Amino acid sequence: MTTLQNPPTATETPALAITDLHMSYVVRGKPREVLRGVTFEVRPGEAFGLVGESGCGKSTTAYAALRYLPRNGLITGGKIEASGRELTAMSGSELREFRAHDASMVYQDPVQAVNPVLQIGRQVAESFTVLGHSSGEARDLARKALERVHIADPVGVMERYPHQLSGGMLQRVVIAMALASDPSLLVLDEPTTGLDATVEAEVLDLVRELRDEIGAAILLIAHNLGVIRTMCDRVGVMYAGRMVEEGTVDEVFDGPSHPYTVGLLNSIPRHGLRKTDRELFSIPGNLPQIGDSLPTCVYVDRCPVVTELCRSEVPPIVDRSDWHWTRCHHPDRIGEIPEPEEIAADHLVGEEEVIGVHGVSKTFHQRSGDVPALVAVDLGFAEGETLGLVGESGSGKSTLAKTMLGVYEPDEGGAITLRGRPMATKATQRIEESIRSIQMVFQNPDSALNRSWTVRRILTRAVSKLTGVTGPEADSRAVEVARAMQLSERHMDMRPRQLSGGLKQRVAIARAFAGDPDVVVSDEPTSALDVSVQAAILNLLAELQRDVRTSYLFISHDIGVVRYLSDRIAVMYVGRLMELAPTDAMFDGPNHPYTEALLSAVPSVDGEAENRIPLTGEIPSPKDPPPGCVFHTRCHRFIEGTCDVLEPPVVEVRPGHTIRCHIPPDELAAAQAEDLGDLRDVLRAERQA
Amino acid sequence: MRRFVGRRLLLSLLTLVIILVLITMIPNVAPGDPARKIAGGTASPERLAAVTESLGLDKPVGEQLVDVFSSVFRFDFGESFTRPGTSVTSLVLTALWNSTKLVVYALLLVLPLAIAGGLLAAYKRDTWLDRTIVNTGVALSSVPEFVIGVLFLALLAVPFSFFKVLANPPPDAGILTQMQFLLLPALTVLTVYFGYIARITRASTITALDADYTRTAFMRGLTTGQVFRKHVLRNSLVPTVAVVGTQLGYLFGGMVGLELIYNYPGLGRLIFDAVDAADYPLLRGGVLTVAIIYMFATLGADLLIAWMNPRARLSLSEAG
Repeated sequence: MTTLQNPPTATETPALAITDLHMSYVVRGKPREVLRGVTFEVRPGEAFGLVGESGCGKSTTAYAALRYLPRNGLITGGKIEASGRELTAMSGSELREFRAHDASMVYQDPVQAVNPVLQIGRQVAESFTVLGHSSGEARDLARKALERVHIADPVGVMERYPHQLSGGMLQRVVIAMALASDPSLLVLDEPTTGLDATVEAEVLDLVRELRDEIGAAILLIAHNLGVIRTMCDRVGVMYAGRMVEEGTVDEVFDGPSHPYTVGLLNSIPRHGLRKTDRELFSIPGNLPQIGDSLPTCVYVDRCPVVTELCRSEVPPIVDRSDWHWTRCHHPDRIGEIPEPEEIAADHLVGEEEVIGVHGVSKTFHQRSGDVPALVAVDLGFAEGETLGLVGESGSGKSTLAKTMLGVYEPDEGGAITLRGRPMATKATQRIEESIRSIQMVFQNPDSALNRSWTVRRILTRAVSKLTGVTGPEADSRAVEVARAMQLSERHMDMRPRQLSGGLKQRVAIARAFAGDPDVVVSDEPTSALDVSVQAAILNLLAELQRDVRTSYLFISHDIGVVRYLSDRIAVMYVGRLMELAPTDAMFDGPNHPYTEALLSAVPSVDGEAENRIPLTGEIPSPKDPPPGCVFHTRCHRFIEGTCDVLEPPVVEVRPGHTIRCHIPPDELAAAQAEDLGDLRDVLRAERQA
Repeated sequence: MRRFVGRRLLLSLLTLVIILVLITMIPNVAPGDPARKIAGGTASPERLAAVTESLGLDKPVGEQLVDVFSSVFRFDFGESFTRPGTSVTSLVLTALWNSTKLVVYALLLVLPLAIAGGLLAAYKRDTWLDRTIVNTGVALSSVPEFVIGVLFLALLAVPFSFFKVLANPPPDAGILTQMQFLLLPALTVLTVYFGYIARITRASTITALDADYTRTAFMRGLTTGQVFRKHVLRNSLVPTVAVVGTQLGYLFGGMVGLELIYNYPGLGRLIFDAVDAADYPLLRGGVLTVAIIYMFATLGADLLIAWMNPRARLSLSEAG
């Protein structure tokens, strides 16, 4: 998308025009400003993206586009116009008509967005009855709407209740409902956050396809810059309730002109960056709170190229091109923003295996039958090594983590060893040494930390539980651990709720490190965090690893993050390891067809070639795995008569790189190179056209 | 579904057995000699022995249990001591019928008002209306029913002859007269339960109103009324149903103070009198009846909740 798909004309009325919008939330009786003069337009048929850290006001803006305010929300100034009509002036019934006919929204969490007690069919049909169709017609139209979003068996789905559908399916249902009225404005608020990368890719494909079909203007909110880059024509960068930069996606992402945009882009691992290359950029400080009085330039406190001018004068809008502007005094000094330093110290991975997982299977015994959730998994961790673990939800990643920790007892025959000696399978039977040696960091620090305890108490208890040290000694050790996590003395007497998400995760990491563990298992530790905070946490994890040579099992759906931190990557599917390779080898290929599909699903912020291999259907239940190769039902390289009959062998591509596939590695390599070549040709042709 | 009901019924049966054992034990463990209490301090030894025998207290506890169980299956608890010649069964049934009238009448007043109040308070959250409803409810339900009952008597029944001091209507009274006589007890139940049910409804309605699916419904362009009817109510009334289910047993058997004040011959009163007079057969019959009502009320509420929540319903029908 180097050029605008729909070059706007001056005569066209924008589908959405927000002008100098000011909004406040009333907190404890006082209005606190959250939007401080937001201005942008979305033209008919155009896709406009909004990015920024959480708390910058992007969701508030999205909801304001349909004049949906939180209960304590207050529009204090500015205009919201949809196709020329002023929303703030509409009466209640006009607003309902507008929502029913002209604008729709798709929400972040589809599971919450549909009514749990009503059948899908009724809910979809309601979007049509509200337009004035009879209930018979509405049911018919509902079925067609579900067909349009490619739901197989729409009649069957209409009879079902929300809890019987997966998140991806539900998001399709929500999209079907949103498109019921053929709206002229479609607002998508983080539509794929929380979905698997492969499902995300499918949903985005669907939106892209429907977008061409309906010609609606799209306002897309996403914190994933890759999603914005691949979906949108133009993008606005928001900070503290203001727009700081706006332009076409290519202009903004390839030539960012505001220090904040640069900071955001630098905090994500791009271009195959690894922990051994350099640290990630992390924007220092925090976003101003809502209601804080702002300095002249909103970014002045966190800006690396700040000057006196920035503190004394409000920056003007500086045009960078016809469509690209920034609100910065020094767009020409962007190049001076220093990149994080290269890492001098060598990152050493030891030779000896610290923790080994040998032939570990885990079968859950349920009334309806046995569920083999893990099947003969073999893994080993060397000292100071990170093993990245990827796979869709339901592939068994968390089961593996929990089995290693001793939460689940593995089946007979497997063993988990600590420096060669087998450990007790259950955590309750493990000796202190074993418990101390393997610790966990969870996705959500909110529920992982006792919220009525202070940080000091949380850490002191962890120290004394894990090392047996008590009293003042434990106390000083806790302070020491906290300091290693860059938590200050000030934080020690705070409770979790007083800390930001990033700080809470630091406490959770500190807790895991309290007993000087050999292996730390991290299950999506940064997926709830903003990119800049994520960068800080990843830097911290990498630094700890360099200093104390801890090994990590790092579970994440974000391939870029896994690539940054991992020395080796394991790919899981239905409880089996499909591929295991050193990180560079994983990205050089050849890959297992499943890995190939996973890697291709990642929306790239760099706007690189997109050769998506669709993974159709849902991941099979481990209860009833497909015969032969478990992946054959969704494999794009499926060989009939082989893959559906025989279990594939584990083939060594090169030392340390194994693939569980019937196709020999050299054939896989050739086929994958060819596909890539084909795609490049297609892309080149498209560009020229 | 059938399996769920079957299991619940089995569990209830177990509860019943435990209750039966307990009520069999009462005369055995009650302080003093129950036979002497019944026969009177001056009774002859022969009379005392006869009463002891009629109580079954001369037999080992095991045999007593067998007797009680068999009496339950025959639905024959023998004769009341205090009213010789009257079977316990007929006494209990009369009291049950009286209680039913009062409970149904009271619920017809409480449920619509309290649910409407709760919904309104939730919709007008944090306004004066919400605060008025919630605070009035809390204030009223923190006064015990016997105090409210007395207050009603003093403030309404004494000055106005429309309100009756005694709740028990003449034997051949029509339904309207009966309702007139029962008005004050029913109003008392209303004051006690209004706040409780309204607050439960308010809380769950707020949860439903804040839910994303409600936002979806508004964003679809539905009116507030449509959103409430189609999306909010079914989700918000589940806790209310559960609470009413568990309170039903109490309404039948626990309104002793109220029934005493208004001299109304309901089950609570029956049990109270039976305890007072050490009329063990009557006590057994009364307690057992209340236990059975408790059982069916909670079972009914559970089934209703399951029906309202497809997730529970479907997992039930898959299991059964």
